[in-house]
Amino acid sequence: MGEPLVIVGNGMAATRLVDELTTIAPGRFSIAVVGDEPSLSYNRVLLSSLLAREIDEDAVELKTAKWWRSRGVTLVYGRRAVSIDRGAKQLHLQDGLTLGYGKLVLATGSEAVRLPLPGADLPGVVTFRDKADVARMLSLARPGARAVVIGGGLLGLEAAYGLMKAGAHVSVVHLMERLMERQLDSHAAGLLKAALEERSIDVVLNAESDVIEGQGRVTGLRLKDGRVLPADLVVMAVGIRPNTGLAREAGLAVKRGIVVADDLQTSDPSVYAIGECAEHRGVCYGLVEPAYEQARVLARTLAGAQSHYAGSLLSTNLKVSGVNVFSAGDFLGAPGSEPIVLTDPDRKCYRKLVLSGGRLTGAVLVGDTGDALWYLDLIRTGRPVEKLRADLVFGRAFAEPQAHVQARAA
Amino acid sequence: MNAPSSAPAIRTTCPYCGVGCGVLAKPDGFGGAQVQGDPEHPANFGRLCSKGSALGETLSLNGRLLSPMMRGGSDMLEPASWGAALDSVARGFQETIAKHGPDSVAFYVSGQLLTEDYYVANKLMKGFIGSANIDTNSRLCMASSVAGHRRAFGSDTVPGCYEDLDDADLLVLTGSNAAWCHPVLYQRMLKNKRERGARIVVIDPRATSTSDEADLMIQIAPGMDAVLFSGLLVHLAEHGQLDTAFIHGHTSGFADALARARHLAPSVEAVAERCQVAPACVETFYAWFSATEKAVTLYSQGVNQSAQGTDKVNAIINCHLATGRIGKAGMGPFSLTGQPNAMGGREVGGLANQLAAHMDFSPENVDRVRRFWNAPHVAERAGLKAVDLFEAVAERRIKALWVMATNPAVSLPRADAVRTVLRQLDLLVVSDIVANTDTITAGAHVVLPASGWGEKDGTVTNSERRISRQRAFLPPPGDAKPDWWIISQVATRMGFGSAFSYASAAEIFAEHCALSAFEANGTRGFDASGLSALSGLAYEELVPTQWPVDKASPTGRKRVFDDGRFHTVDQRARFVAVENPALSISNERYLPLLLNTGRVRDHWHTMTRTGKSPRLGAHIDEPQVSVHPDDARSFGVADGELARVLTLHGSAVLRVSVTPAQRRGEIFAPIHWNGATASDARVGALVQPACDPISGQPELKATQATLAPALYAAYGFLLARGAVAIPDGVWWARSTVEGGVGYRIAAPAIGGHWSGIAKRLIGESVCRAQLLDDGQGCYRAAIVQDGRLMSCLFLATTPHALPSWEWLKQQLAAPALSDAARRALLAGRAADAGADHGPIVCACFGVGRAQICKVIASGRGCSAEDVGAELKAGTNCGSCLPEVRRLVAETAKSAPPVTA
Repeated sequence: MGEPLVIVGNGMAATRLVDELTTIAPGRFSIAVVGDEPSLSYNRVLLSSLLAREIDEDAVELKTAKWWRSRGVTLVYGRRAVSIDRGAKQLHLQDGLTLGYGKLVLATGSEAVRLPLPGADLPGVVTFRDKADVARMLSLARPGARAVVIGGGLLGLEAAYGLMKAGAHVSVVHLMERLMERQLDSHAAGLLKAALEERSIDVVLNAESDVIEGQGRVTGLRLKDGRVLPADLVVMAVGIRPNTGLAREAGLAVKRGIVVADDLQTSDPSVYAIGECAEHRGVCYGLVEPAYEQARVLARTLAGAQSHYAGSLLSTNLKVSGVNVFSAGDFLGAPGSEPIVLTDPDRKCYRKLVLSGGRLTGAVLVGDTGDALWYLDLIRTGRPVEKLRADLVFGRAFAEPQAHVQARAA
Repeated sequence: MNAPSSAPAIRTTCPYCGVGCGVLAKPDGFGGAQVQGDPEHPANFGRLCSKGSALGETLSLNGRLLSPMMRGGSDMLEPASWGAALDSVARGFQETIAKHGPDSVAFYVSGQLLTEDYYVANKLMKGFIGSANIDTNSRLCMASSVAGHRRAFGSDTVPGCYEDLDDADLLVLTGSNAAWCHPVLYQRMLKNKRERGARIVVIDPRATSTSDEADLMIQIAPGMDAVLFSGLLVHLAEHGQLDTAFIHGHTSGFADALARARHLAPSVEAVAERCQVAPACVETFYAWFSATEKAVTLYSQGVNQSAQGTDKVNAIINCHLATGRIGKAGMGPFSLTGQPNAMGGREVGGLANQLAAHMDFSPENVDRVRRFWNAPHVAERAGLKAVDLFEAVAERRIKALWVMATNPAVSLPRADAVRTVLRQLDLLVVSDIVANTDTITAGAHVVLPASGWGEKDGTVTNSERRISRQRAFLPPPGDAKPDWWIISQVATRMGFGSAFSYASAAEIFAEHCALSAFEANGTRGFDASGLSALSGLAYEELVPTQWPVDKASPTGRKRVFDDGRFHTVDQRARFVAVENPALSISNERYLPLLLNTGRVRDHWHTMTRTGKSPRLGAHIDEPQVSVHPDDARSFGVADGELARVLTLHGSAVLRVSVTPAQRRGEIFAPIHWNGATASDARVGALVQPACDPISGQPELKATQATLAPALYAAYGFLLARGAVAIPDGVWWARSTVEGGVGYRIAAPAIGGHWSGIAKRLIGESVCRAQLLDDGQGCYRAAIVQDGRLMSCLFLATTPHALPSWEWLKQQLAAPALSDAARRALLAGRAADAGADHGPIVCACFGVGRAQICKVIASGRGCSAEDVGAELKAGTNCGSCLPEVRRLVAETAKSAPPVTA
């Protein structure tokens, strides 16, 4: 029997950790995964596709039950972990079950923020976080239904798209003057707004929610300016909060998230944290890519290899079919930086690259996001780009055709 | 629907150079024609050069002058009726003559006119107005050859024929870039070299496409041809190569000529030193010429356009006379004519220093012509030659001028000054096929629409004395009329109707041929008496015929002087003792360079025709100046950048082409660009007015000049569907491209924002695609409508930062942009072949649809998982998996079943 490894959380980070760890160190640990959602782990990123009915529920499943069995993992799902006894190295579950561990990994994810608005507890007010939320939304988003999404960030827009595809009339209500303001400059956000409106999604900017109206169930959203948006369904997509209760109660260091070092260890050497619940170098990530990177690093660490996580460069891909949006790095352009801006309204294409000190430091792409990964790599590596500058904005096929062909052959 | 294709091809003659190629033109029924070489024409046997081949692309009515125009009250040209315009011209000339005498008026005509037009113009001026103030742009082209011929032979007669180029064993080209300027003949010479082993010697200050193929290149110092050929004469004398029997039997003046030659060129070393070439080159040339009986010396503008052009011609002819190599198969001096009908003009006598039909102003000839024409006021003395004529305009001695088929405000030396003085005329009449020439805009009072090539009927004579028909195959557009009709109408309105009542070009031709033989008794070179009785039908069917056509040679003659009898009084050819050559330059140290001018391969004169062809515009699409690398360094100019060329007379801003083909200290600029095709490239304006003292031909090949970088804030190009109004101050050069117009531009200041320039140049459009990289000084914009590229503008702060525009030109020409081209538009080029991924599917790994489909089609992607294994697509966030699955399913459906 291997050392007992208990993972709390049955989401994407946990699944990737198991996948990596059982591949590089099979049998080294006796793994148990504890999750409160009553199903196998699934791909949260695909929830908007599920909502849009572009795929069915099977398609979001990350791994089959057979796969979990073949990896020798004990799955304990549908049951919540309630406390950690760090002295005894034991994890207590909701129903009294106790699991002893040698190493404990917290991958508890995050929860959706609910705005404390009057009427927020009315039936028909939902968040967009898990399969249960999707099921609730689908039950309300009948064709002709009116849906209001509060929040014009990544999650809100994906929810809005899914609801629109499900047949609802959708409005997105956003507090700021532009959509996805933390990822997009105003030009890109304007294009995105136009693209959404073209898909019959109304966008209301500079709109502060005041009251959710309804008697017994939601009927509309009143804004601070007095406007009322009729609604059969209100989705709150205003942000996420790391699930840190378990760790906090166990006395682990917690700020916004569970504090981890570069080896992803918490303040207790036997306890690690990865994914959206973790706070690394002051940053809590809300995207899958950093969670996967952390899982990879942790798998190597647990397997006994030297590995450390140095943080992720945030990049954003909006997953709305036909509306390609990408952003990374200093997309606004700090003072002293030089923008290269390509606009092609006819093609609904926009590219802004930000150069600083001869290096690419930021990028925003709308429409044609084909070179997103290449730009991300240039930003991450900080490689000098002056020689590529003339063609940089046209992408790798123009700027580095040789390397491009080699990369494809590799 | 197909064009009516049953129309037969019409045999006609190319309107460009003096080779005079036969052309078969087949009208397409839509105002255009398919053009190919006439296999039966002896000048070209079916071949055409790039310019001739593209004739079909030059027939559009774009820019054509379609109606008479008169300057109205608002000082603008306004359409007028033929009656009003002709009355105005006739009255204007009559009043000027009445007030100031016949020498106060002048015609400036052109080697582009047909012989019949030329004849009527000459007849009106010299026989009826009574002045000899009719000169021609051939003065800029062939006058030195004419003068040299007349001094040596007693007439302006080219002795040989094109067959001599096939038969020769040595072909010497001096002052001729025949590879570009007479390409069909040059190819004939190359064939001789290839098949018979003839040697080619090229003598030129520039290395050219002609010298590329030469066995010997003598890169001679400008103006020193007479020294080189004097040295040859000395060498022939000293090496016993003289044909003494011929010299004694058929020539005079040999001793003086040889003595002068010895003085100018005492030794090979002396020659080499003055010509600034290696003695071995000179020795080789002399040895080859000595040893090769069948030698032809061909010369063109490098000889003619010179302050000592006539002497150069005679220095060449001296060597052929001394060896008796003249009038025989495969040998002789051979002047390559520049224009399609310079020779026709010379036959007619349409030059100020000839009367008519190879007759001068001797009292006998004046009387003879008076009787033949039944003319009241035959001119009794020579008139003003081109440069002097415009000098007289400046001095207001000429008050009324009629310019026909030429553009002196571009082509004359000091062209800016010429353009200015045209304003002073009481009456400036311009006959042209083009609505907007620099001469018309200089201040024409009356503008008359002439019919152009393909619309008019008549004859032209090429470099080998061959008279060929130009035949109409298109109706004249608008109100356009043949030049002879226009001139005759004016003559009639001036009261000379009975002498100008021509009903057809054929009548005029017959009269012209009759005059050539009138009381000639074989003393004049040009004799076409054999054609003077042609019926209208026979004229229509006239086959290409070489003059003389007389009783002795009723079907024409290949070679003249084969009997050793020349057209001098004593029938002996004359050796000419040539002067010591010297360039017409001063010691101005601030003008250390010499500017040479000439042509490019694919353009002709001021591009009124060639400028319409996208094919021809593509070879060299903007005005250039060629500079030796050392000079480029000294003057701080670089290849691809702009430079201002300055002379005492003017300046131009030209694209620098750095090339070792130039001699150090010498620069070269083509003559074609003008006010209608470029902002700052009127090269004629740079040229000095010095002329050959005998021929009056100006020195267009050596003007003192200097060079400086021309700096602009932005450089770029612009492609558009139609002409664009370029703002003042912006440097530009226009060329025709497939589907539109191309401009090279350079702006002195960016004036606000880049997009402001774009707005002015390509207009405002909501669908304007733009690239802005201020940090790098780069701006690009394009407008696409209905899937077609409508216009694009590329600007950069240095000319080197611009991409080539070739790919964009293809996109402008394309009926629809491909997706890949649409995406690449502002890159200005296609992405690397195979680098097109198609629209992105997997954003995590940047995998495109095209890549995925390729993997599926290869059989390596039977499922989304397989595709993931191959390309990683869908293996990260997985959000693209639905699309990958769909692609797999679709491809499986459309793919044919795989058979083992």
